[in-house]
Amino acid sequence: MSIVKNKKRNILPGFGLSMGYTVFYLSAIVIVPLSMVFFNTVPMGWEPFMQAVTAPRVLAAYRLSFSTAFFASLFDAVAGLLTAWVIVRYRFPGKAILDALVDLPFALPTAVAGICFATLYSPAGWLGEISAKWNLQIINTPTGIVLALIFIGFPFVVRTLQPVLEELEVEIEESAHSLGATRWQTFRRIILPHLFPALLTGVTLAFARSIGEYGSVIFIAGNLPMKTEIAPLMIMSKLDQFDYAGASAVALVLLLISFSMLLALNAIQEWQQKAYR
Amino acid sequence: MLKPETSTTTTAVKRRVSDPLWVRIVLISLTFLFFVFFIFLPLGMVFAQAFQKGWAFYLECITEPYAIKALQLTLTTVAIVVPLNALFGLSAAWAITKFNFRGKATLKTLLDLPFAVSPVIAGLIFVLLVGSRTPFGGWLGEHGIKIIFSTPGIIIATLFVTFPFIARELIPLMEAQSRDEEEAALTLGAKGWQIFSKITLPNIRWGLLYGMILCSARSIGEFGAVSVVSGHIRGQTNTVPLHVEILYSEYNFTASFAVASILVFLALLTVVGKVSLEKHFQKHSLEN
Repeated sequence: MSIVKNKKRNILPGFGLSMGYTVFYLSAIVIVPLSMVFFNTVPMGWEPFMQAVTAPRVLAAYRLSFSTAFFASLFDAVAGLLTAWVIVRYRFPGKAILDALVDLPFALPTAVAGICFATLYSPAGWLGEISAKWNLQIINTPTGIVLALIFIGFPFVVRTLQPVLEELEVEIEESAHSLGATRWQTFRRIILPHLFPALLTGVTLAFARSIGEYGSVIFIAGNLPMKTEIAPLMIMSKLDQFDYAGASAVALVLLLISFSMLLALNAIQEWQQKAYR
Repeated sequence: MLKPETSTTTTAVKRRVSDPLWVRIVLISLTFLFFVFFIFLPLGMVFAQAFQKGWAFYLECITEPYAIKALQLTLTTVAIVVPLNALFGLSAAWAITKFNFRGKATLKTLLDLPFAVSPVIAGLIFVLLVGSRTPFGGWLGEHGIKIIFSTPGIIIATLFVTFPFIARELIPLMEAQSRDEEEAALTLGAKGWQIFSKITLPNIRWGLLYGMILCSARSIGEFGAVSVVSGHIRGQTNTVPLHVEILYSEYNFTASFAVASILVFLALLTVVGKVSLEKHFQKHSLEN
């Protein structure tokens, strides 16, 4: 069916208009503005560029953004798999509410999430008080950043896993059972491998989002130089000093990383589609 | 995303669960525990903080002139951004799903670009493009046009950030529907606009609405990008999230959370709207 459709000729009207407008709007809003990062970095020359992006404070920021995003998305992999499993497989009171609230991190403005977590874990906050008793400092530490990023990345994992889990055929599990596999073996050997591409997609999405995240992080991070400054904040502070070239240099590196992740994601998705065929 | 077919969901719920009871109880409890720490407690805290000084103070915080101004600016932004991105989404979806051309996959990837860009960079690029220190921005300034540190800058940055939302909902939806209906209308003599408004639009109206809800939610809440281009001028270039930030950094916590509670309310509304649209859509597609 799809082959026939592809061979069909274009007979509907409006191709020129819609295509023209699409390309124009895409260029005006996305391509041209984005290219400015490149055009502002190139005149710097190689040496100053390297100096800007390998300054100890910038390197520390990249390292922090990466490590916190990594641990947060790792946590999200577990929490997301758990939530998707429970929502798809079990029936229990409050399920509909949980399912709906998975999207809250998408819908809630990041600044609000930021002040919520900062206040919750502040020494006088509901959870900050408890953690202080255990001598656990959360606010103004990487741990706090990870907590905020877990919140931000969580829906990506659940929402990519859910449809795959729903379509997973029960017959496979039943036949595994009838062939003598334990429930855990079935999960490890059959369900998990099947979910893996989707899980990887969700985690990559969460990770990519976390690297660039700003609003939810800056409040709980405390933004201490060399300790809790994230990469987007470095761009912000360079902009505040009108160091446009420096800001674009830091941004360019971040963009290249994000774009390669987008490409990796496309590759994963192709692999995923192949796996289901 | 709205899914075209959903018959599997109902069977998934109805079938016998094969996990032992204790496993089910443990897993469900763990999920609730996660939600308590990451969803319920943060949400509850907003309202606890917002009403700390009572109803009267709460009302005062959300009706003071700067808060109203911020709300007006945010609503203006949404009112401009959502229709523009909806128009683009329709146009992109029409071009991509109704025609075959080379480079389609590349175009689809390019549409998703803004998702991979940090909000701060989304703001930065417009400062680099039309900021007062750039050649183009300087020229605009000489002609009395100010974009950065004023409302147009906020609108453009929000356009960028919410750019893919509607197109992304419409493209898979229109891909799932074949071109047959439109082509039949064409052979019966319908004009392009008639085909679009009488056939395509009714077919995708729920997906369009869904995309517009997501787009509005992000437009209301965008912080990083808007923060870069706004300049934080109270009463002029302060959106609601920026207002929340300013109040918070002034240690005016109760007022900050009071204003934030409006945003939380809107976010909950978005979630409810999303769920009910998905439900409606499922029923709709099962009937067909």
